[in-house]
Amino acid sequence: MSLDSKIPSGPLAQKWDQHKFDMKLVNPANRRKYTVLVVGTGLAGASAAASLGELGYNVKSFCIQDSPRRAHSIAAQGGINAAKNYSNDGDSVWRLFYDTIKGGDYRAREANVYRLAQTSVNIIDQCVAQGVPFAREYGGQLDNRSFGGAQVSRTFYARGQTGQQLLLGAYGSMMRQVDQGTVQLFARREMLDLVVIDGKARGIITRNLVTGEIESHAGDAVLLCTGGYGNVYYLSTNAKNSNATAAWRCYKRGAFFGNPCYTQIHPTCIPVSGEYQAKLTLMSESLRNDGRVWVPKNKGDKRSPDQIPEDERDYYLERKYPSFGNLVPRDVASRNAKMVCDEGRGVGESGLSVYLDFRDAIKRLGEDTIRERYGNLFDMYERITGENPYKVPMRIYPAVHYTMGGLWVDYNLQSTIPGLFVLGEANFSDHGANRLGASALMQGLADGYFVIPYTLANYLASNSFSKISTDHAEFITVREGVENLTKKLLSINGKKTVTEFHRELGKIMWDYVGMGRTESGLKHALQEIPKLREEFWKNVLIPNDPQNLNKNLEFAGRVADFLELGELMARDALHRNESCGGHFREEFQTPEGEAQRDDGNFSYVAAWEYTGENKEPVLNKEPLDFENVHVSQRSYK
Amino acid sequence: MARGIMEKKNMTLHLRVWRQKNASAKGKMVDYTVNDVSQDMSFLELLDVLNENLIKKGEDPVEFDNDCREGICGMCSMVINGIAHGPEKGTATCQLHMRKFKDGDTITVEPWRGTAFPPIKDLVVDRSAFDQIMAAGGYTSCRVGAAADANAILVPKDMAEKAMDAAACIGCGACVAACPNGSASLFVAAKVTQFAFLPQGHAERKQRVLNMVHKMDELGFGDCSNHGECEAVCPKEISIKHIAVMRREYFKAAIS
Ligand SMILES: Cc1cc2nc3c(=O)[nH]c(=O)nc-3n(C[C@H](O)[C@H](O)[C@H](O)COP(=O)(O)OP(=O)(O)OC[C@H]3O[C@@H](n4cnc5c(N)ncnc54)[C@H](O)[C@@H]3O)c2cc1C
Repeated sequence: MSLDSKIPSGPLAQKWDQHKFDMKLVNPANRRKYTVLVVGTGLAGASAAASLGELGYNVKSFCIQDSPRRAHSIAAQGGINAAKNYSNDGDSVWRLFYDTIKGGDYRAREANVYRLAQTSVNIIDQCVAQGVPFAREYGGQLDNRSFGGAQVSRTFYARGQTGQQLLLGAYGSMMRQVDQGTVQLFARREMLDLVVIDGKARGIITRNLVTGEIESHAGDAVLLCTGGYGNVYYLSTNAKNSNATAAWRCYKRGAFFGNPCYTQIHPTCIPVSGEYQAKLTLMSESLRNDGRVWVPKNKGDKRSPDQIPEDERDYYLERKYPSFGNLVPRDVASRNAKMVCDEGRGVGESGLSVYLDFRDAIKRLGEDTIRERYGNLFDMYERITGENPYKVPMRIYPAVHYTMGGLWVDYNLQSTIPGLFVLGEANFSDHGANRLGASALMQGLADGYFVIPYTLANYLASNSFSKISTDHAEFITVREGVENLTKKLLSINGKKTVTEFHRELGKIMWDYVGMGRTESGLKHALQEIPKLREEFWKNVLIPNDPQNLNKNLEFAGRVADFLELGELMARDALHRNESCGGHFREEFQTPEGEAQRDDGNFSYVAAWEYTGENKEPVLNKEPLDFENVHVSQRSYK
Repeated sequence: MARGIMEKKNMTLHLRVWRQKNASAKGKMVDYTVNDVSQDMSFLELLDVLNENLIKKGEDPVEFDNDCREGICGMCSMVINGIAHGPEKGTATCQLHMRKFKDGDTITVEPWRGTAFPPIKDLVVDRSAFDQIMAAGGYTSCRVGAAADANAILVPKDMAEKAMDAAACIGCGACVAACPNGSASLFVAAKVTQFAFLPQGHAERKQRVLNMVHKMDELGFGDCSNHGECEAVCPKEISIKHIAVMRREYFKAAIS
């Protein structure tokens, strides 16, 4: 199948405006005749539900948690980018666009990224109007901080709780629509399949997580806003309920999966403390504004950090990347942390961590200023580790954090299934092979507030929709499929728990499809994952209670999907014989150990197409054309 | 493997946990013992370990709400040794670590209780009443796309900080669980105050406080009689002073 990205013609800066003008509209009186199913209530889903409800569409909103406000976006800490240039330091839409394309290692679509940079400006206006209490300067204007991969200060923040405040803003707007009757809430629901009728997405099948009931919902379009799949690694910074199931089941219904191997490993997370570990905690990238990353110059130096004199410390990021210093992009920072630990210079009991030191910043600015900027992060660090970071340097290590890959979408955010739109982290669209800090929140809100209201209207107005009820034969078939899957899972009654399988998969993924990938390692993973999957279907043990809340049953379905997705990720990583952004193939590096792209052969989006159970997926390619930026070796030196 | 780490597993803990199969079943406390507990574990990781043991024995695991495990989503919700979110001040259950307990301790674990939070299973309760309160006014009515430039209205730094102190509420419901009257006053006050301190909240100031307070009453939450238990257990340490602000706002709105 040939992929049509539907990028509008014309000059980059005018594409979106022209496209908005060219697209069809739905008359206000007709909007309530359309039902839109919005799955997910993170920044992408909540902002989409709020905007569409406000426009008058009939919206049904679904989420796994007990309240939409608890979607994983709530946990985002550091901030959100926007090209406001309030700092007068040379920012512009063009620069944000350029930084994002470069940060993504030239593996994203120019047109999408430009639109993202354009709309970033409106996002901040919208959020302020919603009463998001962003940090302010004494004069009452908005304050900014810096994030990695940029030399300007363009990140807006609300203490270390930016995601929470943005989500509560979007959630508030959505709840206003609930009150007005345009949005209907379905919490504690999990979408388990997509219903495609006459080639269009027309509904979803959900499980009521409290009663176990399998429910059908019909609509005229489905918006998938279900977040990323970092939990395929078991340990990640993602919330426990973050999963790939909705996206994966849509993949199996014909939506292509874009760049599954592009995973972001975040450099600053609290190191693992034991096998019981259930998840990893991020320490926001904003800490790199003031914290300095270092390890001892000598291998195996076991002295406590305060005993190591200045000239025996290696501030390796400042040394290797003098212009960006501690604020290099995430992939670069993570890889370097791994490198110094592999050299035997890592610190802590396990030797698998590096210092993030605030000593100099505290000396320069005083403890109070540091507390004001990062107080809640420092407190969190102390609660988890029992160590006081005002006194001893933090110890950090990279952890899986974000997935740039996701369902393939065109410029209109539509997947390869007409009527199935994918927003936020769940799509592959804007970050190429590496996402810059503070850009995920921006993308989620851009998609939901400012893109989908237009592109969805165009889809609805350009198509005709037969009336379909949930009694339709296709609904019944898909629903039975879901019921049978649940029965099958419960009937296995084996010996190993879902968590044990998940942990094992995570270990394979981390070891072979993680920070440093090799051909032989990936081939090994491609043998191990199917073996584990086979064992799962023979030996998983799930508490047999389908009619009440049963977290293990929910997780069983998700882990079953991760066991398939993991394989696709390894396959994608193996086929991409180059290094780019977060995808680091050890065979392909520059003499200095930086990612070595191969633009001649790999300047494309890999969009994988499902072809049936136990059949090899087909690789489709969307070539990436760079008409506006000069593609070069990324340098942060 | 990056994950082979030395663990200090040296505690044995006795748990008394509330078990209830579903909303209509009768519940009871059940005793369990967990061995080899590390002091670096979080409280929820302790329950994870217990659950793995139970599943292997063919018993039903203890259901409990949790998600971010970073103290921000507000999902986790249990009363530990009689205190909502347990003994550590300003800390949600997921951020409570076992180093706060001693070898051999017996720990009781119960769900939030309150008329407005009906039980679902074990430690899981239904908090959707909070969503209903938010739908009654927890927002500003600004249409997408209609906002003025973000710097058009200045907000003094101290006001932004105060608004943020209130906005930090994670909506977990510990305040309700701890309140002898089962009042949601701290939750409502946090939202009302956030908007009262910000110019963006002013247009709907009166209607907001009236609607949210009435909704709270209608849903069966009790009145505030200044016990202060809410503030004591709040994982975000939201001050009871916000309730005073809410009362003033309510009074001003009601008489005008
Ligand atoms: C700890 C942490 C800190 C971060 N900090 C930042 C930051 O400072 N700046 C930044 O830009 N980005 C940050 N990120 C990234 C950013 O938070 C996420 O990429 C973004 O919030 C994702 O939003 P989303 O709306 O796409 O999905 P999510 O917020 O993940 O929401 C997914 C929604 O889908 C629902 N869902 C999922 N599957 C189903 C299903 N099958 N059925 C029904 N519902 C389903 C969930 O219930 C949820 O409502 C951070 C991420 C983490 C993990």
